Order: sequence, then C-alpha cells, then structure tokens
Amino acid sequence: MARIGVLIEEKGGEVKKTNLGALTAARQGAANEVYALLFGDHAEACREVLQSYGTEKIVAIKTPEPKPSSFPEVQAAALCLAMDALCLDALFGVAGQYGKDMLARVASLKGAPLVLDCLEIDFSSGIIKKSHFSGKTTATLRLNGGPWILGIRPNIFPDIVDPRKAEILTYEAPIQVSKRMAIREIKHGAAGGPDVSEAEIIISGGRPLGSAENFKILRDCAAVLGAAVGASRAAVDAGFAAHAMQVGQTGKTVSPRLYIACGISGSVQHFAGMKTSKIIVAVNNDADAPIFGKCDYGLLGDLFETVPALTRALGPVRSK
Amino acid sequence: MKIYVCIKHVPDTAANIRLLGGTAFDETVKFIMNPYDEYALEQALQIRDKEGGSEVIAVTVGKESAAATLRSALAMGADRGILVKTDTYFTDSLETSRLLQKAIDIDGSPDLIFTGKQSVDTEGMQIPFRLAALFDLPVVVNVMAFSMAGGMVTVEREMEGDVREVIEMSIPCIVGAAKGLNRPRCPTLPDMMKAKKKELKVVNGADLQIPKPIQTVELLELQPVPDRGRGRILKDSPENMADELLRLLRDEAKVL
Repeated sequence: MARIGVLIEEKGGEVKKTNLGALTAARQGAANEVYALLFGDHAEACREVLQSYGTEKIVAIKTPEPKPSSFPEVQAAALCLAMDALCLDALFGVAGQYGKDMLARVASLKGAPLVLDCLEIDFSSGIIKKSHFSGKTTATLRLNGGPWILGIRPNIFPDIVDPRKAEILTYEAPIQVSKRMAIREIKHGAAGGPDVSEAEIIISGGRPLGSAENFKILRDCAAVLGAAVGASRAAVDAGFAAHAMQVGQTGKTVSPRLYIACGISGSVQHFAGMKTSKIIVAVNNDADAPIFGKCDYGLLGDLFETVPALTRALGPVRSK
Repeated sequence: MKIYVCIKHVPDTAANIRLLGGTAFDETVKFIMNPYDEYALEQALQIRDKEGGSEVIAVTVGKESAAATLRSALAMGADRGILVKTDTYFTDSLETSRLLQKAIDIDGSPDLIFTGKQSVDTEGMQIPFRLAALFDLPVVVNVMAFSMAGGMVTVEREMEGDVREVIEMSIPCIVGAAKGLNRPRCPTLPDMMKAKKKELKVVNGADLQIPKPIQTVELLELQPVPDRGRGRILKDSPENMADELLRLLRDEAKVL
C-alpha cells in the first residue's frame, strides 16, 4: 500500500469540487492510503468532505510565514518537506491553474517525475496516459524513479464516495522563508464565473458572434446551465473574448461533460482542445461546417435564435 | 542585460499529426516556433531595445531541423542562437532542462530567462520550473503582463476564472509567457536576410555531459484519438430544436 498525498485547494473551508476526483484517483480503489495536504486553518472544516472521499489523514501544513498563499515558493518548499516527513510515495493534485504551478514547483525542487493533465493513472505499474499535441494523440508514459507528482485533468476522474474516519495532523515545516518572489495583489477580471479548464459544462462562441457584447447570449445560457463561457481562437483574436476563455491547442484544453460550440466551424486546433469532452453539441447555420461531422448533436440554425431558445427552454436558473 | 529565451520547434497547430507506430510521427508537416515562445521572445526583444548593452540569445534543444526555428527567432530580432542537438524528437523534460541549463551556463550569466508557458506538442508545462530549480531562481509562468524597475520584475499571471495575480520577483528570474503578453513582431524580408548572417552555434547534446536523469517520464507510445462520427443533426424551428436537444441531453446522453 502506497501513501499518497493529495494537494487540497479550499476556500473558507469548502473543498474545491475537482479535488474529490483527485482523492479518488489517488486511492486507486482501496490500494493506497490517502493523505490530504492543505495550508491554512480549515482542516477541521474540510474534514467531513475529505473523509467521505477516502481520506485517512488530513495534514494541516504550517509555515513560519503566516500567509504562505502569497508565497508560492514557500508553499512548494513546505510541501517537499511534508512529503519527506510523511514518507509519501506520490503527490496528486488537480491540474488547474494553481495545481499546475504548485505541482511543477514541487517536482522541480525534488527532481521528481511529473505528469500534468493525466487522463488515466495505473499507479501499480506507473503507467500514465495524457494528451500530446492537445487532443490529437494520446501518449502512454512510464514513470521511472520517484516520488511521482501527478496532476489530474479536471472532470476526467469520477469522484467516488468511500467513507473513512480521518485523523487531523499538523505539520510544521522547518523552512527558511525566502521572499524573493511574492503575490502582491489579486485582480478579478470582467469575465468572472467558472474557469473553462475546470468547468463541467462549457458553451463557446466563435467569430460569428460578431462582438464582445453579443457574448451575452452565451453568458445568459451559461448562467442557467451552470456553465463556463469559452471562445475560439478567432473570437479571441478578433477581440470579442478574453484570452482566458480561449479553448484550443493554443488556449486551454478542456474535458467537460458537455461542450456546446456556437458558430465554431471546428478547426484542427480547436478540436485538439475540446475533443475529450464527453458530449459535443454544435450550433451552426452552415450545413457544411466541419464540426457537424465530428460532434454528437448538431443544431442547424442561426445561433442568435437558437441559443436564446435553448436558454428559454432550460427555464429559470438552476441551482447545481 | 543578458536575456536568454528558450524556444521549441514544434508542428504547426493547424497540422494533423500522422502517427507512424511507437513514438514516431510524420515529421514532414510544417513546423513553427512554439506559439507561446513568440510572446517570450517578443518580451525579451522589447527589453533589449530599451536597456542599452543588452543581448537576446535564443536557445533550443532539438534535432538538427530545429535550427529553422532558431533562424526564425534571429529574424524576429534575437542576436544569437544556440541549438543543443539531440537525436530524438522527444526528450524527457528533466533532461531537456539540464541541457538548456548547461548550454546557458557555458554561454553566460543570465539576468532574465524567458520561455513559453508550455509547448503545444508534449504540453509538459515543466521546463520553466525545472530551469528555475536548476538555476535556483524565482519563476512565474502564465504571464500576461510584464514590467521591470529597480532590480525587480512585476508580472501578472492568469489564474482561473479570469483572476490575475500581480507578482513581484527579484532579478535574475524566469518568466513563462502566455498569449496576451504582447503582440509578437513579424519579421520582414530584410530581417530574414540579416538573420542568415547572425551566429547560430550548434552544440552536441551528448558533449554537454549532463548527468543522465534516472527520475524520468518515458514516452512509450503515441496513439491517435479518433474523431467522433457525424452527429445527429437537428433542423427545425429554434424552439423545437432547443426542446429536442434538451431531451437528448437528458435522456440519451444523460449529461444534464
């Protein structure tokens, strides 16, 4: 039985939902013992959800720096020490923006093998699958040496309940605090809402949307669907949407449960970024659009009429 | 300032990747500079043009053919190029970062190192972090805004949900560029002619004698991801299509 650390992201004691898939992936059935690692003072508040997803130990990591969240280097160094002190064989996390950064820092400090955006993990053999060339090919990788640092692609691993009684430990990381790098400010952009890379449902718009204002019809639909709004490269390059929203090989690679592409013809590089979605729906007024040849459902019609009709059919905003 | 920019020679994102068994793919497709590296290079060039006595050196690890992308970097305005030559297209990221570090270390002492936030081929997202650990320098990746004053660099990095973090770090440091950081310049014909005369040094990766990593991620195989077939196409009034789609998503696909 291996001991696996899972890097937990929480806000005010609420564990981020995509983390539960990481707990399940780390458990590998019941093969491994799961240690949930978190910074801050919310270990107790997170206990119930963490233990119901198979966590055996919750480790509250403390650092001499009172606000480690402003110092990524401090967090990374503390995680490395915690891994050693707890004799962890691997560290799992979610390959969102925070996870990618932190897992890569830890792996680099340790000189350890790292795979981000894992699609499949066979822990006993050390065989991992992930996309290469975005969604164009799947790579089979073997990890040599250890410890392994693995970031799962959000929404790929199901979260499976496995109730345990989790014990809370505190780990005081004996680190020298370096302040050569610090987060000074957090700015909230206009787009807001969930991030496309972690959303379970995405509705994306292409160049035919015609303006940034017209993205409102997608935002309205997204609000009732509980979805994130994405955009094609053409729409981003035309200035209709923020870079953060771009889906594709030069934007974000996404794997939502449902991907709705509106006015997107389906270029090779766009498909590479969303091909691993469970269900793809295309809304397009061009019957010859390539996307109709590579989707699950297609709606042949003007997106300016079809999307609002969809929003109305969905009814009032649903709670998730 | 000595500014190093790590770039990668990758297949065009518009190219289909045709697999040839094992880890081989058809390398006769069009290759380009990794798109994120263009933002990295542009930022380096802007700094050089402002700070007197600065030099931009483009460095890549790759097969001999990667020299073409180094020439593109020289055409964009890099002063010199270094190709660390390898026999294989895919190299483990720890090995790549050790090769880059050694090549840079032999060449000079970096004040700034720029990379793209990731490559669009293997999408490992590791090189800037591994370089930072090897050089013991601070690093920020996914950078969409950059400024520099008084020995400090201030960057903005994109986090989830359109949140940006403003981060300060001391120089020397490493910056991983994202789309939106700037608008990369397009070389003109005279730029391309001039690039042919610039220095492009080729170093054999084996000659750098880096310790061969044991802790590696080994690529065993590449498999194609098949496209799904033609979907069920609805053609009706917007209302009817919306109702039918929701029924299908709920009852057939079970995703709502």
